[in-house]
Amino acid sequence: MEAHSLSIERVAKSFGGTKAVAEVSLKVAKGEFVTLLGPSGCGKTTLLNLIAGFLEPDAGEILIDGKSITRLAPHERNIGVVFQNYALFPHMTVAENVAFGLKMRKVPAREIGARVEEALETVRLGFAGQRRPRELSGGQQQRVALARALVIRPELILLDEPFSAIDKNLRAEMQVELKRIQRAVGITTIFVTHDQSEALSLSDRIAVMARGEVQQVSVPAELYRRPANHFVASFIGEVNRLDCEVAREGDELVLRAGDVSLRLPPTRAQATSDKGVLYVRPEALVARDPGDPEANLGTATVEAHVYQGTHVDIVAKAANGWLLRVRHPGYEALERWPAGATIGVQARLAEAYLFSE
Amino acid sequence: MRPDGILRLAFGAVVAATLAFALLPSVVVVITAFGEKSLLMFPPDGLSTKWFVRAWTYEDFRSGIRNGLLVTAWASGIALVVGTLAAFALERFRFRGRDLLEALLLSPLVIPHFTFGVGFLILASAAGMSRTYSVVVLCHVILVLPFVMRSVYVSLKNVDPMLERAAASLGARPLQVFLRVDLPLLAPGLAGGWLFAAILSFNEFTATLFVTGQRTQTLPVAMYTYVREYADPTMAALSTMLIAATAFALAIANRFLGLDRILSIQAGH
Repeated sequence: MEAHSLSIERVAKSFGGTKAVAEVSLKVAKGEFVTLLGPSGCGKTTLLNLIAGFLEPDAGEILIDGKSITRLAPHERNIGVVFQNYALFPHMTVAENVAFGLKMRKVPAREIGARVEEALETVRLGFAGQRRPRELSGGQQQRVALARALVIRPELILLDEPFSAIDKNLRAEMQVELKRIQRAVGITTIFVTHDQSEALSLSDRIAVMARGEVQQVSVPAELYRRPANHFVASFIGEVNRLDCEVAREGDELVLRAGDVSLRLPPTRAQATSDKGVLYVRPEALVARDPGDPEANLGTATVEAHVYQGTHVDIVAKAANGWLLRVRHPGYEALERWPAGATIGVQARLAEAYLFSE
Repeated sequence: MRPDGILRLAFGAVVAATLAFALLPSVVVVITAFGEKSLLMFPPDGLSTKWFVRAWTYEDFRSGIRNGLLVTAWASGIALVVGTLAAFALERFRFRGRDLLEALLLSPLVIPHFTFGVGFLILASAAGMSRTYSVVVLCHVILVLPFVMRSVYVSLKNVDPMLERAAASLGARPLQVFLRVDLPLLAPGLAGGWLFAAILSFNEFTATLFVTGQRTQTLPVAMYTYVREYADPTMAALSTMLIAATAFALAIANRFLGLDRILSIQAGH
């Protein structure tokens, strides 16, 4: 299948004065898998509906391979959509569902049969053609929806939270399956989800959205390690948010909070005011014995443990008032530092980042 | 006996009593129809089928059935089309005057049929169309419209708008979306609405009394005229035949459409 590129240029959409999507621009390369990630109400589903043509933008252009599709009705676009509830036609068999788009395109009957069969084979449902959608499991229905969207050889495929209704155990399996099919078909894909782990594991790139705007677009690892602002830093993964005073000394930034004083390389900071928030992931904090010279965050009192199987998160209150979540591999932390014990805490500052308040 | 056992027994008794009470008049009518004397009496003092013969051959009843079927066919057909379009507009679109339109279309549920009958009688004579079929049909269309609309409206609510979007994304033009997705999914609701409309129209009496004449009178009006003159079991015989015919029609509908689907008992899709 030939892949196509998508370009969204300053697209905006309001509903009764509320900006659902505010001047969003995004470029998606041929064959790329891009996820729109954000909390509910961030505008990701509205943006998806704009791309599909279910909504008309107030401003901006949407282009496929450089040609505008902004004014085309949904049926005039060539975009496959997989809906959150799958939206399979209940009065048709699985094969009829998949054949629907081909019939609308007036594909000759003989070719329809072959292509439907091929599409169902691709999603490993070759046996289910004569069944009704309601006779299939959620995961199978979802694959039918995928086959129905892919069989028309669309220029793009849009997936709206396709795994949200699927049992958690099956979800991981379905994600692998989706990735396999997407790679095999090589189709440009826009995926919408509020589930960050889903986004991190599937996407080539992720566009994090909040309040109708794209906050950051980048590859998953970059998003986790170099968030662009407060929102992305808090939204992706777990993080300690530590308030501090910021002063500039030569090339370095000096952060102070109570008895703690830290020097931060300028590459880790976007600080313009004298108050800031230091973001440190739990795995960038290390529990040490009290008095250890490496413990640059000073001492803290252990308040609780969160046992997670492969690791333990130690929740500790620092002398300066910071509440810290310190990740420790294995479970020895439970015995070594019981509740009430004092620990020294080291922050690996090369993995921390500072934003102005 | 355990408490829930007693409760179940009591519940069963109430259901049985209700059913018996509801069926009692019909049973009495059916038995009376086989009486001997030319008086409506229960229990009957003989056995005869002559009243069935009389009911079947009585000319006013025969023409009443013919007129009734004609009016019912037109009225339920027109109400089905108008009611479907109205229900579709009310469910899928938001427009000015939507609430007013809904109230108007449902108003026959609250305004007495008698009022409609008188109103149509006055209008028809003003338009010089007194006692014509078109006035009877028009009157029935308005009376049964709310039932068609309700039925279609409920089925439309069960049609997921996402299905329409899915069809559009697969290349279906708006008319194709309606014909290939909406219509097949609405079919049970449409059939149910039509069935209700037909039964109501065929049995309608109050308004019909005002707008029909000797030539256009429907069966209920003919029956009313009959009981004003005679008190023999012919009426009971006719009623028995109507019960049998209706039961037969419902059995057929159940066989080919499924009554549970027609009455939208099944939830969801």
